[in-house]
Amino acid sequence: MLDAIGVQAIEDLFRQLPPEVRFHGALNLPAGKSEYEIVDYFRARGAEGANGYASFLGAGVYNHYRPVLVDTVVSRGEFLTSYTPYQAEISQGILTSIFEFQTMVCQLTGMDAANASMYDGSTATPEAAMMAARITGRDRVLVARSVHPEYREVLRTYTQHQGIPVEEFAYDPGSGRIDADDLQRRLDDNTAAVIVQSPNFFGIVENIREAAAIAHKKGALLVDVFTEAVALGLIEPPSDADIVAGELQSFAISPSYGGPFAGVIATKQTYIRQMPGRLVGQTKDAQGNRAFCLTLATREQHIRREKATSNICTNQALIALMATVFMAVYGKEGLRELAVQNLSKARYLANRLPLRFRAPFFNEFVVSANGRSPEEINATLLGRKIIGGLPLGRYYPELDGCMLLCCTEMSKREHMDAVADAFGADSSK
Amino acid sequence: MIRKVRTHINQNEPLLFERSSPGKKGYQLPELDVPAVDPVDALGPENTRDEIPGFPEVSEVDVIRHFTRLSTWNYAIDLGLYPLGSCTMKYNPRINEVVARIEGLAWAHPYQPEALSQGAMEIIAALEAALAEITGMHAVTLQPAAGAHGELTGILLTRALLASRGNPRKKILVPDSAHGTNPATATMAGYSVENIKSNDRGMIDVESLRRAVNEDVAALMVTNPNTVGVFEEEITRIAAILHEKGALVYMDGANMNALVGVARPGDFGVDVMHLNLHKTFSTPHGGGGPGSGAVAVTRELEPFLPAPRLKRAGGSWTWNYDLPQTIGRVRAYYGNFGVLVRALAYIMAHGAEGLRKATLDAVLNANYIRKLIEPYYQIAYDAPSMHECVFSDDRQAARGVRTGDIAKRLIDYGFHPYTVSFPLIVRGALMIEPTETEGKQELDLFCDALISIAREVEENPEIVLKAPHSTRTSRVDEVTAARKPIVRWKPESEAAQAPAEAITPATERAGP
Repeated sequence: MLDAIGVQAIEDLFRQLPPEVRFHGALNLPAGKSEYEIVDYFRARGAEGANGYASFLGAGVYNHYRPVLVDTVVSRGEFLTSYTPYQAEISQGILTSIFEFQTMVCQLTGMDAANASMYDGSTATPEAAMMAARITGRDRVLVARSVHPEYREVLRTYTQHQGIPVEEFAYDPGSGRIDADDLQRRLDDNTAAVIVQSPNFFGIVENIREAAAIAHKKGALLVDVFTEAVALGLIEPPSDADIVAGELQSFAISPSYGGPFAGVIATKQTYIRQMPGRLVGQTKDAQGNRAFCLTLATREQHIRREKATSNICTNQALIALMATVFMAVYGKEGLRELAVQNLSKARYLANRLPLRFRAPFFNEFVVSANGRSPEEINATLLGRKIIGGLPLGRYYPELDGCMLLCCTEMSKREHMDAVADAFGADSSK
Repeated sequence: MIRKVRTHINQNEPLLFERSSPGKKGYQLPELDVPAVDPVDALGPENTRDEIPGFPEVSEVDVIRHFTRLSTWNYAIDLGLYPLGSCTMKYNPRINEVVARIEGLAWAHPYQPEALSQGAMEIIAALEAALAEITGMHAVTLQPAAGAHGELTGILLTRALLASRGNPRKKILVPDSAHGTNPATATMAGYSVENIKSNDRGMIDVESLRRAVNEDVAALMVTNPNTVGVFEEEITRIAAILHEKGALVYMDGANMNALVGVARPGDFGVDVMHLNLHKTFSTPHGGGGPGSGAVAVTRELEPFLPAPRLKRAGGSWTWNYDLPQTIGRVRAYYGNFGVLVRALAYIMAHGAEGLRKATLDAVLNANYIRKLIEPYYQIAYDAPSMHECVFSDDRQAARGVRTGDIAKRLIDYGFHPYTVSFPLIVRGALMIEPTETEGKQELDLFCDALISIAREVEENPEIVLKAPHSTRTSRVDEVTAARKPIVRWKPESEAAQAPAEAITPATERAGP
């Protein structure tokens, strides 16, 4: 090959790099390792984790069973090692699966169009806010304090230099739902979007219809965020929202210390051209057969550059495929049954604990530690190889002394009993 | 002349919704060990849906056949050369998939106690350190989820540093050869964009740059090697021009596969850069993602990195949220951790010498392709190529054939096309990046295919213009897709679909 190129050594191909630019040393990294040593290293790191612990953590990342078919499908090299389907003729596999993904997200959310994925729910949220600002020509955003605290932090980081002021509105301290009066007070004629989450960070199911009516009265759009996609199998779809921004981690995506996950944005037909991210559309090939391709690319950065709807390019396609396979495996009945199991387990544990809020919840709920600290209760549970709930004081000073617990279909009765016992040790329940 | 492919059996496959029939199931759930709750009682009728209209109902076998058949309609690195320029489509070692699925890592919850997360935190710390060494930079954040996300992080960091000096400034300079993400990012960070012209060697025109740099300029976003596959030879002068006026140099590290072990951005004046772990460090592209857009910075920029940061305290790792100057979070939790595991495994497998050798091979392969096809296609610039080579379709356009047509014809020869019509500064660009993955055999097949297509353009342009001929799906009408967008399946549209029997069998189509 060197002869064909006409050089003596590969090094000659780097002659154009000025000497002061070249790195002359050797990188200070260990020598290459064998497969066995690498597996050994990562197994050892894994063993430093929570193997064998039961967990009641949720807060945006959920322990749901992953059907075996999911990894079977995504491990196929044809999916795993392909890239963005720019060449439709040899990418119909991934394009078709994305079209199915978009369709199922629409069926779950009651929207008309869903994109091919965003990085995660936390980044889909600011993208939805920016989208609302483009649609309405307004710039102010109101976000409920019951939206995931880290999502709100990302919202601030994204919007702070785009002239989109973000203001928070309260939740009702009794019900745990949004405080509709506070929202109404803060809404003005320059509000582009009202952002709520359902089920919210406390697990409580919001009344999306009512929130949308309040927002629409002032000409603002309603953005509904979700972090627990399994709830969509059972709760009323947020059809009254204008934009839905969510996280599909619950659909067979392992917690993986926080990522990779799959976010998504879905919306009404009218707003489709303001949506960020890739979209797959149906069309025909030269012989008239149904075919799919990437479409409406004039929204995107590679065409529109500084005027694009977003800078997003690489998304979470393979993770979205996990969610697609999950939705196919569970299907219409399965997703509902799965949701009912989650609801039933959560009720079983919640019924034995002092609930902080009274509105209906899905599979997460806030409990007060009854005079003890959540950390104390968690320490007791850790001794029994159980990871308890998330202490909320750090995120909500007014909820200091409370924790957020989550039950899924993977929560076993014996562990739930142990959690109840840990609370009960000093409490009246 | 076509030595890599022949038409083969491709199974037809309807959509999941069309396969669906009421009552079919592909799942099993354990029996409930607690009393079942009636959802309407628990949530209220107004909060409970009756069903999910249109949602699929299929069996387990249906699911596996459906997705397996779909997979056979996809090209992939596992099937051969995937020379998408700027995308670095290299082999994805399977060991990385195995280690990312180890239970204690794959099932780690981001909020589990730090005492039970030391392994995951150690992996993050080890990767941060390795990437700092590779780039010659001071500190690394792994929070951004992809390259464009890293760009946004990097430009927000730039803004924060400049603001701390009293003036965040107004403009970002972007060469006309840049990826579209660069200008889109600058806008999202609240900056206006000014384009800088390239010179006749495909590099930044230093004099134009000098004229453009003033106290309004926050940074230059430079890709190096740039998108024509050429190393910016004046990079140290360019950096000095920016620094003299108090502006920063942002490097888009999309093309870092040309530099690992050979040159370090930290040594040539870069202040902040991102790496695409899914490119340079081989984590699978997965049909469009996930990626990871690690950002590396100088000491000056470190205080502004996204929160939280890893900190060593009392012999163990902890997450430090007490960062008064941070730009804030760019993502929930700590980044695409599963991708980070894979990237670290890749770095461990290669070691310092293996990483450097990969760079050498990537550059060798690109130069080999360039040499073999240069007699048939117009090279965009004379300047030496690094890891990719960019041609123009000038000669073929004279016969009415454009880069997009050549790309489609390449499919008939069994290859994924190169990147088409990018960078924008090259008329009808063919942007070819083979990566170090390929051996001489596959490269020769690829060059033979391109040479053969060049001859076809002369002798029988029609065959190129109507390509592909050998694929299950012939040329796709993208114009109609955009004009009348159908972005979800609906039962009503069923009637409008051609029935499966009407689909033309592959054997009846014109072969190449």
